[in-house]
Amino acid sequence: MLTSQFLLLGAILFCIGVYGVIARKNAVLVLMSIELILNSVNINLLAFALRNGSADGHTFALYIIAVAAAEVGVGLALVLLVYRNRRSISLDELSEMRG
Amino acid sequence: MFAAELLVAQNIGFAVIALLMIVGALRVVTTSNVVHAALWLVVVLSGAAAQYVLLAAEFVAVTQVLVYIGAVMVLFLFGTMLTRARIGTERDLNNPYWRLGIPVAGLLFAAMAIATVSSFGDEQLPADARVVSVAEISDQIFGPYLLPFWALSFVLLAAIIGAIVLARKD
Repeated sequence: MLTSQFLLLGAILFCIGVYGVIARKNAVLVLMSIELILNSVNINLLAFALRNGSADGHTFALYIIAVAAAEVGVGLALVLLVYRNRRSISLDELSEMRG
Repeated sequence: MFAAELLVAQNIGFAVIALLMIVGALRVVTTSNVVHAALWLVVVLSGAAAQYVLLAAEFVAVTQVLVYIGAVMVLFLFGTMLTRARIGTERDLNNPYWRLGIPVAGLLFAAMAIATVSSFGDEQLPADARVVSVAEISDQIFGPYLLPFWALSFVLLAAIIGAIVLARKD
């Protein structure tokens, strides 16, 4: 197996996630795209861990999984709060903080 | 490019899983049904777990299945349920300027692909991959990476309390 095939897979998933963050209006779908981005980073970290023969990448990947779980919890709580106040989770309608 | 002499089975497995993951990821960002997007995300996350096994990272793969497919997907489905009156196809899930995302993602991928190929063009991963044991990972977590572990504990605690405070009805 080549190193670059895993890195390219990670790059493809990352770019699809970036496209999702830009293109989607629904807040839940934006959070899903962020999960895609975090997973692509994990694939890269584990590929480099195998390449260098160390366990550091595994540790980082586990930390990223934990942070992603925390992020989804807080993010969905925020989405729920916005929905309760506005009856909508379209991100382009949230413009109170625009200067 | 993928025809290394030794690891034919691994390469075929990689190609099949990678194709499945890319199709799933494209469906996540293009489908017009939020529940379908969540289910396609399950496909992508399972494929990622399979790639972790290919990369000799069994413990991370198991954690991925437990945390992502077990917990995070349930959160997503609950979030969809609680914020949507009806479950079905919807029209306005995309921004009006969603086409802007295509050149941005394309340019980003071109840059990363050029950098990756020029740096790691034909470099092989070690064929006799040593599986990193759980004991080794725990030595890492509770040894040199203890301080980030503590920080992570506080992040999780803050996230739990924050989620309760935010989602609670007063």
